[in-house]
Amino acid sequence: MNKIPEHNYLAEPKGLKSWLLTLDHKRIGLMYLFAIMFFFAVGGFFAVLLRLELLNPGKDLMEADTYNQFFTLHGAIMIFLFIIPSIPAALGNITLPLMLGAKDVAFPRLNLASWYIYVFGSLFAVFSILAGAVDTGWTFYTPYSTTTGTSVISMTLGVFILGFSSIFTGLNFIVTIHKLRAPGLTWFKLPLFVWGLYATAIIQVLATPVLGITMVLLILERVFGIGIFDPAMGGDPVLYQHFFWFYSHPAVYIMILPGMGIISELISVFSHKKIFGYKAIAFSSLGIAFISFLVWGHHMFTSGQSEFAAMIFSFLTFLVGIPSGIKVFNWIATMYRGSITFEAPMLYALSFLFLFTIGGLTGIFLGALSVDVHLHDTYFIVAHFHYVMMGGTVMAFLGGIHYWWPKIFGRMYSELWARVAAIIIFIGFNMTFFTQFILGSRGMPRRYYNYLDQFQPLHAFSSVGSWVLGVGFIIMAAYLIYSLFKGRIAGNNPWGALTLEWKTTSPPDPHNFKETPKIDYGAYDYDTVMVESTIR
Amino acid sequence: MNEEGTLYLPPPSSTIAGEVDSLFYFIFYASLVLFILVMSATAFFIFRYRRRGKKELTSGVAHNTRLEILWTIIPTILVFIVFIWGFKTYLKMNVVPSGAIEIKGTGQKWFWTFDYPNGANTVNDLIVPVGKPIKMLLSSQDVIHSFFVPDFRVKMDVLPNRYTLTWFEATKTGEFEIYCTEYCGKGHSEMLGKVIVKSELDYNSWLEESAMDIPEGMALEDAGAQLYQSKACVTCHSVDGTPGVAPSFKGRYGEMEALADGSQILVDENYLRESILNPQAKVVAGYQPVMPTYQGVLKNRQIDALIAYIKSLQD
Repeated sequence: MNKIPEHNYLAEPKGLKSWLLTLDHKRIGLMYLFAIMFFFAVGGFFAVLLRLELLNPGKDLMEADTYNQFFTLHGAIMIFLFIIPSIPAALGNITLPLMLGAKDVAFPRLNLASWYIYVFGSLFAVFSILAGAVDTGWTFYTPYSTTTGTSVISMTLGVFILGFSSIFTGLNFIVTIHKLRAPGLTWFKLPLFVWGLYATAIIQVLATPVLGITMVLLILERVFGIGIFDPAMGGDPVLYQHFFWFYSHPAVYIMILPGMGIISELISVFSHKKIFGYKAIAFSSLGIAFISFLVWGHHMFTSGQSEFAAMIFSFLTFLVGIPSGIKVFNWIATMYRGSITFEAPMLYALSFLFLFTIGGLTGIFLGALSVDVHLHDTYFIVAHFHYVMMGGTVMAFLGGIHYWWPKIFGRMYSELWARVAAIIIFIGFNMTFFTQFILGSRGMPRRYYNYLDQFQPLHAFSSVGSWVLGVGFIIMAAYLIYSLFKGRIAGNNPWGALTLEWKTTSPPDPHNFKETPKIDYGAYDYDTVMVESTIR
Repeated sequence: MNEEGTLYLPPPSSTIAGEVDSLFYFIFYASLVLFILVMSATAFFIFRYRRRGKKELTSGVAHNTRLEILWTIIPTILVFIVFIWGFKTYLKMNVVPSGAIEIKGTGQKWFWTFDYPNGANTVNDLIVPVGKPIKMLLSSQDVIHSFFVPDFRVKMDVLPNRYTLTWFEATKTGEFEIYCTEYCGKGHSEMLGKVIVKSELDYNSWLEESAMDIPEGMALEDAGAQLYQSKACVTCHSVDGTPGVAPSFKGRYGEMEALADGSQILVDENYLRESILNPQAKVVAGYQPVMPTYQGVLKNRQIDALIAYIKSLQD
């Protein structure tokens, strides 16, 4: 098997129109993937510029106003245009129906609509960059956001529109998982990535409308001065924070839950070992999804909310940490008595274990009320969420891309360069962000254009780390693009994995499977089933 | 206690700081132990169970009730301890001791004003006695700010629609940074202040002196130069001719100035006085009307002093 299959979704049907009007989940997922990677590059470019400005105190290359716009754009683009859609809409779209043994998602047209809505929403965001970029921070806190002169409306309108794309994807996935599983594929035989997507979809459908309403209220406040957040008219700016975090905390789990799902797949496949604690992992995803709705107040411990409310939120915050810990223990236990290999996806999974554990443990500092008072809105927070979001979700996303790359394109990337890039990214990441924990706990506030001399060495070190990180990503872009043309033919199942997507050709047939796949063995039955890899 | 603080924390300088730090380090060491355990297990497994020969079937072990209960219960107990401990200290941070000196702190773009019980006020410097609880009654004139003194482990958001409260008691004299920690726009990172902790004796004599307009026997011009710094004119107005958020003071006096509405005005004493007390009245062309009023912050003699200082800044 050293040929790309003749019938595959990339090759037929042909023509630009066949792509733009496609109802094939794989093509839609791929279009999502390109759009998302584009915005990841844009957001990353802003990040490097920000770190460059912070190399020294005072002005290095931009004015304070520009800096404020850049960190807002970095945050807004990374959150709303990259990380929220990243795993579900791109990788999930491509793999979910394959993993279920289905021909497509339940509502293919809704799926295509969600992509167009995403593009439409992103145009508003791009417009806001060109028309005097927003400078509010990605959180759009009132009353700053209702009084600043920058283009808040186009950005928040963009966020409002993007929300619908997220809701559509979530809705589609819930129905798909309920209705389109292959015969015999019962709930507890589902791959854990599917459980992760399912828990995510529930949050997407239930929480995103709140963000939409909040953004509309913010726009109404700016345009018509309705006064809901304006103290002069009896409104309350802190109410905005409640609304905003009521979505944006669950949204953190929209970002991390699918990543956790990918890690479950990767660790089992590359340890060649049955996953440890299947049900614990599956139910902890649902548990996290549920409790995540009840912890939003932990973003507001210093906002003057009542001490009683703060106590409840602190308690629930610790509660939501437990299931994440359980998952980590299960992943490690999975490796026990395995037969472990270290291809690039596994390196990302191990990076995830290391970085996400630090991200999780530093969350304990922030959940503790008295310690949070000191750490809130400092670089400690910046470091913490980058460890969770980038060290967690992005590492899982990169692991997932490398894992499913041969399935998506039918070709292998250079394993050597992929490992080199993974190691460089791991080192660069820690250089950039570990320093920021120390900056923060020593008192360096976030969103500062300028800083006191005492913080300079750590800032400079962090900036150098961002260059290392940048080099890692450039290498990755190079070998991935190269592999599209010259990569080795992958075959159906280069990793010898047991989930259904590996039973079909790579790239898959436009209809996924020639016939509905039979469920001969479980997704993780490495103790009884041996499937040879198609590349070794 | 180490003057420099530790690697992770600045030197604790308030009564509450020690308690916060103990919890910080409890979490730190507990996390460190847990992290090392988890990573050692990972390292051991990936070494011990790396694939050495051909791929083969592996063990089907996927469940161990005792282990799973253990790794659920132990972290739960640990976080419960942290929760209670954090909440207890948090309550102390929010309950102001009786007999505290009340100082009103006002945040606005992009400086702090502090009002003292005797009617004195300062800009950006918060002057307090050591060993006395200080109650901060905070509010904002515009957007949300946040009052943060890392050395005291104190932080409280400063809101435009209500008063928020916090308190601290400094344990040593000296100067401690105040940062604004809620993003508030262009000058956010310049919205810095200092808590200047004095002995009770020095504090009291400072209070007496501060009741006067300008220090006795000082030339108006010099007093103006001091006020230029202490009342935070320096944040936006340069004195060397470089334009910033606002026009430089240098060489302005006696010149004609183009205004935002297209008219011209002579920069004289009356224009300067009006611009200090009612800054939005005649805004210089090319600048945003962002300056807050100094009505009530500066006394008449102090305004005279500032004008004298600006007059002295000729080319």
